Amino acid sequence: MVEFNLPANSRIREGKTHPIPAGAKRVRRFRIYRYDPESGENPRLDTFHVDLDSCGPMVLDALIKIKNEMDSSLTFRRSCREGVCGSCAFNIDGVNTLACTKPIEDIKGDVKIYPLPHMPVIKDLVPDLSVPYAQYRLIQPWLQADTPPPAGERLQSPEEREKLDGLWECILCFCCQTSCPSYWWNGDRYLGPAVLLQAYRWIADSRDEATGDRLDQLNDPYRVFRCHTIMNCTSTCPKHLNPGKAVAEIKSLLAQRTL
Amino acid sequence: MPAPDRPLSPHIQVYRPQITSVLSILHRITGVALTVGTLLLTYWLVAAAYGPEMFADAQAVMGSWIGQLVLWGFTFALYYHLANGIRHLAWDFGWGFELPRLRTTGLAVIAFAAGATLVTLIVAYSIGG
Repeated sequence: MVEFNLPANSRIREGKTHPIPAGAKRVRRFRIYRYDPESGENPRLDTFHVDLDSCGPMVLDALIKIKNEMDSSLTFRRSCREGVCGSCAFNIDGVNTLACTKPIEDIKGDVKIYPLPHMPVIKDLVPDLSVPYAQYRLIQPWLQADTPPPAGERLQSPEEREKLDGLWECILCFCCQTSCPSYWWNGDRYLGPAVLLQAYRWIADSRDEATGDRLDQLNDPYRVFRCHTIMNCTSTCPKHLNPGKAVAEIKSLLAQRTL
Repeated sequence: MPAPDRPLSPHIQVYRPQITSVLSILHRITGVALTVGTLLLTYWLVAAAYGPEMFADAQAVMGSWIGQLVLWGFTFALYYHLANGIRHLAWDFGWGFELPRLRTTGLAVIAFAAGATLVTLIVAYSIGG
């Protein structure tokens, strides 16, 4: 349901301001969302000053520097630091993206970092992603085939394989999922762009034989058709994929079945 | 374990307006405006059928500055919803999903709606006086 205001326990208060490091010449202000579940207090926005001359180029470098040098309690997910694992997805400078591939230089003014939007927050920048993961489980993201496996591999022609390009690269960072206003308002029933792109990845796979069942499962006013082609998903994807187009392909296949 | 009372992360409060999302919500707003505008059109037609006095009242309402403002808005809503509706049809055929194309078609829709509204106003005022 559409609910524009944040619940009372989620309203953000002004937080601590950490001092400018001594001798720093190129200083950037970082405004970071903090939430401590043990304090019982509302989330707050802390201010940190980072000396860019002693910091790596990416937003993630600054986050790690803050955690190392200013506030070790700052909590966030990160792993590969090169845009492959999808852990460090945040709302940075108003748009969802990966902190590890977002240059600080690209941001004008203060660097504002929030957790992925419209998600329950476990701590600081760590959202609870149980619902999108459950939705991912629902679409059964594995190869399904009734024909007995051949002696070797299940072969594809180069053309069939090409259909998976732009789909297999998804790292499930959920940047697109949490950029979608439809998912904000109906995330309990609408599957969202990331999960639908994954669903299409298996529908488009020539080796998969469960296409009909998969489309049956998706054919629902909410699961797919809450997509109104807003296209924030495609515009935010840090891997430059096109979830919006994948959803449109599913809609098109569903329409073609009824012809 | 009871479900923890976790805060909801900010969404529309912090998400930077995108050309994609702004044009999308504008499509819905103009859709609602057209529904209301159709009621207004119905009122005007009913007034015309009812008699000269009623019609004169309707004309006065439409001709007032606020009435004219509403009619300009209705005109823009009509052209915008029409053009963006065609954009939606193209999407339904799988065309125009690439990011640069989303931008250009979006800007084209805005340019068309603004231009067509302007032309309509010029024609309307030069004929109607």
